[in-house]
Amino acid sequence: MAITYAVLLFLIFYSFQPTLSLYEDQVGLTDWHQQYIGKVKQAVFHTHKTGRKRVVVSTEDNVIATLDLRHGEIFWRHVLGHNDVVDGIDIALGKYVITLSSEGRILRAWNLPDGQMVWESSLHGPKHSKSLLLMTNVIIEKDNVVVIFSNGRLHAVSCIDGEVLWNKDFEAESLEVQKVIQPPGSNFVYVVGFAASSQFEMYQINATNGELLKHESEAFSGRFSGEVSLVSSETLVALDSTGLILLRISFHEGKISIQQTPISDLVEDSPGPAVIIPSSIMGLFTIKINAVTIFIRVIGKGKLEVVEKANHETAVGDALSLSEGQQAFALVQHAGRDIHLTVKLAHDWGGDLLKESIKMDQQRGLVHKVFINNYVRTDGSYGFRALIVMEDHSLLLLQQGTIVWSREDGLASIIDVTTSELPVERAGVSVAKVELNLFEWLKGHMLKLKGTLMLATPEDIAAIQYMRLKSSEKSKMTRDHNGFRKLLIALTRAGKLFALHTGDGRIVWSRLLQSLHKSEACQHPIGLNLSPWQVPHHHALDENPSVLVVGRCGPSSDALGILSFIDSYTGKELSSSRLVHSVAQVIPLPYTDSTEQRLHLLIDADKHAHLYPETPEAISIFRREFSNIYWYSVEDENGIIKGYALKSKCNGNVDDKFCFDARELWSIVLPSESEKIIATVTRKMNEAVHTQAKLIAADQDVMYKYVSRNLLFVATVAPKASGEIGSVTPEESWLVVYLIDTVTGCVLHRMTHHGSQGPVEAVFSENWVVYHYFNLRAHRYEMSVIEIYDQSRADNKDVWKLVVGKHNLTSPISSYSRSEVVTKSQSYFFTHSLKAIAVTSTAKGITSKQLLMGTIGDQVLALDKRFLDPRRSVNPTQAEREEGIIPLTDSLPIIPQSYITHNIRVEGLRGIITVAAKLESTTLVFAHGLDLFFTHFAPSRTYDSLTEDFSCALLLITIVALVAAIFVTWLLSQRKELQDKWR
Amino acid sequence: MDTIKVVVAILLTFSLFSFHSFGFQSDELLVDDEEFGLEGAPQPRFPEPTSTRSAPVTTATRKRHSDLDSDSKIEFSLDHAFGDSDFAPAGTFSARIKTWSHGGQTLTKLRFSRNNFTNEEQKNFKNLLESDDFYRIRLPSNVLSPPGRNFIISSVKARCLPREGLDEHFVIHMEGVNVLAVNYGSPGSCPYPRNLKLPVKWSFSSYTVLKNSEQAPRAPIFTEEILGGENGGGEVVQPPERSFWAKYWMYLIPLGLIIMNAITQAMNMPEEQVTGQVPAQGQPSAGAVQRGPSSAARRR
Repeated sequence: MAITYAVLLFLIFYSFQPTLSLYEDQVGLTDWHQQYIGKVKQAVFHTHKTGRKRVVVSTEDNVIATLDLRHGEIFWRHVLGHNDVVDGIDIALGKYVITLSSEGRILRAWNLPDGQMVWESSLHGPKHSKSLLLMTNVIIEKDNVVVIFSNGRLHAVSCIDGEVLWNKDFEAESLEVQKVIQPPGSNFVYVVGFAASSQFEMYQINATNGELLKHESEAFSGRFSGEVSLVSSETLVALDSTGLILLRISFHEGKISIQQTPISDLVEDSPGPAVIIPSSIMGLFTIKINAVTIFIRVIGKGKLEVVEKANHETAVGDALSLSEGQQAFALVQHAGRDIHLTVKLAHDWGGDLLKESIKMDQQRGLVHKVFINNYVRTDGSYGFRALIVMEDHSLLLLQQGTIVWSREDGLASIIDVTTSELPVERAGVSVAKVELNLFEWLKGHMLKLKGTLMLATPEDIAAIQYMRLKSSEKSKMTRDHNGFRKLLIALTRAGKLFALHTGDGRIVWSRLLQSLHKSEACQHPIGLNLSPWQVPHHHALDENPSVLVVGRCGPSSDALGILSFIDSYTGKELSSSRLVHSVAQVIPLPYTDSTEQRLHLLIDADKHAHLYPETPEAISIFRREFSNIYWYSVEDENGIIKGYALKSKCNGNVDDKFCFDARELWSIVLPSESEKIIATVTRKMNEAVHTQAKLIAADQDVMYKYVSRNLLFVATVAPKASGEIGSVTPEESWLVVYLIDTVTGCVLHRMTHHGSQGPVEAVFSENWVVYHYFNLRAHRYEMSVIEIYDQSRADNKDVWKLVVGKHNLTSPISSYSRSEVVTKSQSYFFTHSLKAIAVTSTAKGITSKQLLMGTIGDQVLALDKRFLDPRRSVNPTQAEREEGIIPLTDSLPIIPQSYITHNIRVEGLRGIITVAAKLESTTLVFAHGLDLFFTHFAPSRTYDSLTEDFSCALLLITIVALVAAIFVTWLLSQRKELQDKWR
Repeated sequence: MDTIKVVVAILLTFSLFSFHSFGFQSDELLVDDEEFGLEGAPQPRFPEPTSTRSAPVTTATRKRHSDLDSDSKIEFSLDHAFGDSDFAPAGTFSARIKTWSHGGQTLTKLRFSRNNFTNEEQKNFKNLLESDDFYRIRLPSNVLSPPGRNFIISSVKARCLPREGLDEHFVIHMEGVNVLAVNYGSPGSCPYPRNLKLPVKWSFSSYTVLKNSEQAPRAPIFTEEILGGENGGGEVVQPPERSFWAKYWMYLIPLGLIIMNAITQAMNMPEEQVTGQVPAQGQPSAGAVQRGPSSAARRR
């Protein structure tokens, strides 16, 4: 008995731990990791010193990174918090990267070579304002000084240690500081801005001690609009609020003069108000009227002259000082498939320093930003390299008329992901490009054999490893037997669709959606949702699957919708349409038409349902299921959850037969003074559940899982407690969780956690929901599980009833029957806070489940669901132990080997997506944030396939050797017998 | 309609999960139990299921108890709608509001009186049954100041209600004096191919249950000593319970096998010796002589 018990326990524990761990040589075999930084906001080059040339960038995803200028690789990267937005970056002393972030509150210096933080200082001020960072060449006591204007206060900070040397407040209530300027060679700075938007204010401040030298102001009859361009160190150009009059403001030697020039004087046919593009190029500025970019030069005493009008899309870079008094700037213009990069001198419009034409991939869209840097060519002249940021957020380095490198940083902001199967392997279609020949195959197997027999030299081992990593098997463009090879189709914030191969993570195709392109009718298009549209099974050989992208024009929910259909294999946009209604919800229905297009129901802001595809066949299918379609909406700001069913055709527009009215069936109103919805979770639509019954071995009993697709988990907290953790006392915070049937609106379960608060991360699968929250009383994070069982089918455990057929297991389940459910729940402490949570999903749902948790350290941790079993008890009985019930502990274990990201961090982790492979044991896991990470994961080991390093050759050789041995011994024994007989 | 109207005042209290088991209990006594048993209890959110079975027409009147004068009685109405028609009053819930010492208010003693269907309504309901449409009800979201922020709506396919009469089942989820949700439907099952069945009696029998939020189970808190103590104690005590055989069977079985093997060998050996020695009759003495000393030497 003792030994069985011991063996059992050993097996139990053995079975979780090594399932997850990974040997060193398995890294990179099935997983890949890609690092991105997001759309670049600002770039500073560092090329003066010898050594590795690099560029420092800050991005819209709050990343500071230095990139190698030769290859575009990341040297180092720091991801600041989501509320720590970078306001400005610069390089100080040639070795520090200075960053101003968090609305000008935090100034940090990073060591340029390795990215270590050198110092950090926090700057405070009396009021909220624009944040400006200015590198000065003023030296105070051997310290270089950086001047920062933030929160209504001017600070001078030492570059060496971040000490604040002096500061000065700008108390004036309405002062909006626009620029901080240091004229070259002087040791004072100008702080200029507008007061009450009709008065220009200029302060001259001694940069060494912060003393106010001069303060002048000048009233203006009109009002200023926000942006300004600097055309010399003592001259600004601004626009008035109508956008029709240019204002040239000069404050030379403390004398302010404002000169007004109507734009119509400069441009004859100016059709509308202009916008100024802020820049600081000597003697030149740029305005934009509609789509036309106009360059205007400032000549001498207040004379303005238009030098060029560009009708193409144009991006202008900032000025780059070449030598004393010489400034260059870059502009990029689109001309068909090419882009023209021009570098001009600021004072000489005609003379181009550089003019290059580069062929550009149409899928990158327009150039949004350009940053230039100069270098000295081998012949002594100036050369320029340009870093350009494209519409799809990608980053490219141009030099000598070619694209040196490019980075697909759009992938840092994935909105939605779906998967698509690859094409079926067809006879006659050659995939020879990636196929190995026989010799190589044999050689590979010989090497593997050597490795198995431990005869391999270190070089061989390296070769084996290389072979395994570069295995052509995994990156083929065809479907495989195990279902490991798929296309991950990702929609990014820039409106670009990428298809990534799961084998090696390469981009198979990418497409900037024309329908999500900014246009007259649609000013701010955004992508919302991506779903499989057509998945051909019957005609898998000659039809391509397609995906549906749903977007809308603008962030508000009543903006008009956009639909786009894209071929999953080629990325071609099959069709797209502008909808005449808005899109609030997208509901894929579980029905497909004869061409296997999935029916979708789009709910608009007025609660009308619109059916797609708009075909008569779809309508006829829809009519059949008309009374069985229900949906719900969650209005989280009101705390109301409502359920709907279809009523009839829309009354308003008679001709639209694909539009239906909804009727409100139920509503749940949460009291606004005590509850606020913070999380809602449902089950995945396509989840497979293997069995409805759960055997309780302990008392020889069967429980039936309440497996319903219509369950909604809702978590609410006290409105006071919806802020950050610790902002309320335990007595005034609570967390209430609900399980709601979305057809009838029945609250199946309701439970209060006192003294707890959000944020809540939850996952719903089969008949259980696991959620994560903070317990204020215990000062710890907690995870709870609710399992829900169906009592109404509980009488079906009699074998005789099953034999005779007197059971109700096969009868359809209706939500309108009164639900008799039993819930079991339990809470456990958990150490980490979570960013995301998901659960493994397998093809048939047989394999046991593991929870995948995105930890605060941007890693993905796997935890066996058995740890979150509500039936765990302190001393499980023998039978319970055999069933796999783990003795109760108060906290959930974190097993270091169970990080499925092993030593990799998926920076800025936002979502974890699990996709079932065809092989039952394996789940494909895709984690995305700034970085992308993909791996295969087997929650209960790969019990249904041989491991990848299994040597078939060894097996064959063993069999051959055995057969040979049998033959030889047979011969020997015959000879022996013969000899015996002759004796 | 014109049947004999009997005034029934029964308060039935059940446990949360078994409202079916009806049991009679005097309501006054129960109230006292609540008053004294739970007054000053720290927890306002305790489940308080109440179920009333109301006769269809008359309001269930009860004698007021002088103790309860501090509690205020309130009424709120149930509205119903046939399909997409407008809502019309259908009945009245009456309950008492109990104010706790810490300021919380809860409802107790919910009772419900259902108005009978008028002929018009009966016709409407028949239409619903024929078209398998929804019968909808609504409640105010706040019972003190109806309708509160909004109405709580619930609906059921009309074909689920008819049994003998019309059976309905309310589970009202409360939070203080706010109604969060109401689960409305038939008290039993309503299997999917819903058949058209007209009720024999056009009178409702209603079951109502009030539900408050449950407390979530706390995470188990172990102190180190308890865990250590239990583990240590449990594992030391257990082994002696096992028999000698249970403990050492894995040694005993091989031992037995070896012994048996040895015995069989020992059995065979003498026979072989005997059979082998028979043909050479002359030699044994020599053999015995030869062997003699050696065995003697061995014995020493």
